Parts: sequence; C-alpha cells; structure tokens
Amino acid sequence: MKTVPLTELAAVIRSKNAGPYELTIDILFKNARHYRYLKEIHFFTEELFARLYGVGVEQVLNLVYFDPASAVKCTLVRPMVSGTPGDADVYGAQQHAPVLGLRVPLEEWP
Amino acid sequence: MAQTEFRVLSPTAILGYGFPRESFERGMEKRPDLIGVDAGSTDPGPYYLGAGKSFTSRSAVKRDLEFILAAAVERSVPCIIGTAGGCGAREHVEWTESIIREIAGQKGYTFPMAVIHADVSKETVLEAMERQRVRPLPPAPEITVEDVRHCVRIVAQMGAEPVLRALDTDCRVILCGRCYDPIPFAAPAVRAGFDPGLAVHMGKVLECAAIAATPGSGCDCVMGTLYRDGFELESLNPQRRFTRVSTAAHTLYEKSDPYHLPGPGGTLDLEATRFEALDGGRVRVSGTRFVPADPYTVKLEGVKRTGYRSICIAGIRDPILVGRIDTVLEAVKEEVRKDLDFTGPLLFHQYGKNGVMGAMEPEKDRGSHELGLVMEVIAPDQEQANAVCSYLRSTLLHFGYPGRISTAGNLALLYSPSDIACGEVYEFSLYHLMEVDDPESLFPICVREVKP
Repeated sequence: MKTVPLTELAAVIRSKNAGPYELTIDILFKNARHYRYLKEIHFFTEELFARLYGVGVEQVLNLVYFDPASAVKCTLVRPMVSGTPGDADVYGAQQHAPVLGLRVPLEEWP
Repeated sequence: MAQTEFRVLSPTAILGYGFPRESFERGMEKRPDLIGVDAGSTDPGPYYLGAGKSFTSRSAVKRDLEFILAAAVERSVPCIIGTAGGCGAREHVEWTESIIREIAGQKGYTFPMAVIHADVSKETVLEAMERQRVRPLPPAPEITVEDVRHCVRIVAQMGAEPVLRALDTDCRVILCGRCYDPIPFAAPAVRAGFDPGLAVHMGKVLECAAIAATPGSGCDCVMGTLYRDGFELESLNPQRRFTRVSTAAHTLYEKSDPYHLPGPGGTLDLEATRFEALDGGRVRVSGTRFVPADPYTVKLEGVKRTGYRSICIAGIRDPILVGRIDTVLEAVKEEVRKDLDFTGPLLFHQYGKNGVMGAMEPEKDRGSHELGLVMEVIAPDQEQANAVCSYLRSTLLHFGYPGRISTAGNLALLYSPSDIACGEVYEFSLYHLMEVDDPESLFPICVREVKP
C-alpha cells in the first residue's frame, strides 16, 4: 500500500498540557476527505500512540476523532506532573515530535 | 423588550500579553456591552501559585489595564477580569488591585469595584474530605490529610454564580480571583437571559482572544456577539479572520475531550455544535448546550513547597566524555551523595540526549556531537542547594573518568558566576473536585470605591 508522510496532510501537529497531569496531542488535517478516510480505517488508535510514545496503552486516556475540525486528539498521562522536579517541558509544548514521523496510507486517493 | 444581542470585547489572551491600540479602538467603535479579560493559566506551572507571584510583568499588565479602565470609566463599558495576577489567590488579586489603584490615581478615576476572592482554607478542604466530598481529577492521585496540610496556597475555580451576584452591585469593574476562564465573558450575558451553553462556549473562545483566529495571536483583540440562538466571532484586526476550522480547532486546545468540556456546576456539550463560515472572516457557532451537574463541584488547585533550587549550565564537546556521559554522571552523583551525605534531588538534563522527552523519546540512541548539560539540585534551603550545586559542578569539572585525555576540565561553563540560585520550588499537590452546596459561599465579594 502506498503511504505518504502525515506532515503532508496535516495543517497542525501539536502537543500541550491539558491541565498539569495530562498531555494532549492534536492532529488537524488540511483536507476533510483525508481525515474521513483515516477515521474510517481507524488508522489512529490508542495502541498507535502508546507505541509512538513507548508507554503502556493504559497511559492513553482518550482518543477522539473531532469532525468539526477534521482533527484527531489523543491524551496521555503526563509521565511527570508539570513542573515537578525532573519534568523538562512545563507547558508540554514540545512532545509532538514522534507524531511527525508517521506515514499514513494513501490507497483511496487520486 | 429583551435584549437580542450581547457584544463582548476580548482585548487579549492574557492580561499583560498586550494588544494593538487600533484593534482595541475598532472594538470600542462597535459599542461592546462588556470587556472581558482572562488573566490566568496553570500552564506556567506550580511556582506562581506557590510564590504568590504573577507570570506576567507589572508594567505589561498596567499598560493593558490603562486601555481597559479608560473604556470602563470614560466610556462606561463594564469590565470583568478573571483569575487576577495569573493564579487568582489573594496575593495575585491584591497585586492587580494595586495596579488598578495606581492607574486611578494617575488618571483621576473614581469608580466602584467589586472584588471576588477565591482562596479556600485548608480547614474547608479537610472538612469536605471528611464528608467524602473531595475527589481527584484523574489521573491526579487521591489526596491525604497530609497533602492538604502541606499546601502553601489553595484556590477554587469560581463559576458564574459569584460573578452574577457581583453584577447586582452595579460596579463598573469586577476583579475576580481564580475563575473558570469563560466566566468573565459569559456571566453578564447569562444574567441578561441568554443561553448559558452558548454564552459559556463563546467565553471559551474569547478567553483566548485571537489565538482562535487565523493567523493566531495571543496579543490581539476579537469580538463575540451572542444572539438567542448562536454566537458570532470576528477579528478586530483586518489581518486576521475566524474560519470554521480555526474556531472548531480551538475547542481542542488544552482539553482532553473536545465534545464535553466540564466546568464549575456543569458541562459544555458540543455533540450538536455547528460551526458556519460567514462573510468578512466571521464564524457563527450554534447548538452547544450546558448540562448542569448535580452535585455542584468546583475545581481546587493547590501547591506545596518542595525546597529550593540551584542550577549550573555547561556544554560538553569532548567526544570521549560524550560517549560515556551516562556512566560518568552516575558516578559523579554517587560521589556527591556520599561526600555530602545528601539525599535530595540531584538531576542532570542532557540537551542533545533525550533532554526534552526523557523516557518517551523514540530516538534514544541518536547521538549528538555536543551536549548541553543543566545540573540541578533541590535542597531544603537555598544555602544548602547552592553548596551542593557548587560541589556537584566542581566534582564533575575535574572528574577523572576512565579513558580521559582532556585533563584540564570536563565542562564548558556558560557563565561566571557558574551557578544560579533559582529560589523556591513548588509542586502541584491539589487538583481535585470539591462538592459544594452553595456555589457562592466559597467566594466572598467586597465592593470598594476606587479613587485617586
């Protein structure tokens, strides 16, 4: 199956705290059709994010497809509470890099 | 006749982040019913609540407030400030109040101001715990009596109710302690009979001002107009606009579930929300519902003091040392612990080697030819933190590791002085929901005359 880098299809890929105990990752697609296809084939799963971040699937709190914004959102337990000694990203704003490397299937697109 | 529209001007994402004068003026020309501004966030971490300080500068907050107070006093547009001083505890509210009084003194303003405090005593929380009325917001852990006793400061996020009561006082300015972010924008509209679901959803967008527009900005003005059956958003800077996607995407921001946004006293339900593009870079939103919760809960935020921090920043370029950095740092740590009998946190942040993502880093083995090293010590007092940090630095600087050929020093120290005393260290310890019978009783209101 042909694949393309996710970065070609996404307008936004970002991470941020959702409160001090959670880290949330957003992927916003440029094109609703690409989003709908990946949603249909369940490309984004809790298991995928667990694998990307090297954590157990129980650390993945939530995975949502949000149609109004053609967006996928995944929320993880923060490995350390924001600002705790040892935490190196107080805002959680630089934890998105593993998602940038994803390739997604192209099958149905012209 | 009932009011059919309610216009809210949001000048900036955080009081003190600034805004262009032209955007603000454009907003004032549209005759807003209210200026709302959010001053708070937990994003900057636990320090600011613990230390009672703001994460914005006094001069920047004063500059923003000069515009807002001029509109409130000279042009009679009421103004509500949420989560004063960044965290909304008494110290933060008083800091903001002192800036307001300073401006009033300089400009000769006289006006009544309502101040709503959001501090919660340890006794109140302990009593609620005894009655099983406090529960963690997962994944925060359960709290113990000890956790509460060790809290330096506790605040609760107020809902609309205390602000509604403050509105009865007819004050020109309402200054709120810790407050659910949308409330300063939503409460007066709810009072005027508009739908709370739409009012709070509009507040949710307005509290971040132009962050929800495109191109996004934390320092520009936007206007929200609430109708009986929906609300419209417009940028007050012609260089930005709202789009369907920018607006919808904003409901994802800093939230775990974009369909259900819980707050004090209920949840915003976006299952049936519609986002429509209008002309002129505007967007219309409708269908959002507010689902009241029973019992009413408020969110508590509390921090404890962990100690005092000292750090030292240095670079490492020696390839032999870079190649065996982990074993060397472990050995140095062990030596320092043994020599000083120190058991507190001794941390190394290696920038260039999993410094940002730590254990979650997928590319753990990709090496860098140089490392940025931050040595960190946390001790019960500043003097001890300084002493341990100094010893840690000198031990590492001259550490004779196996295979070493550069014997003059292991570190490229960034500064003289090389060590930095960072002051108090705090940690979040309370992030819990507390059931309350009366959503007003926790939040006392006092009305004061502000005069030159």
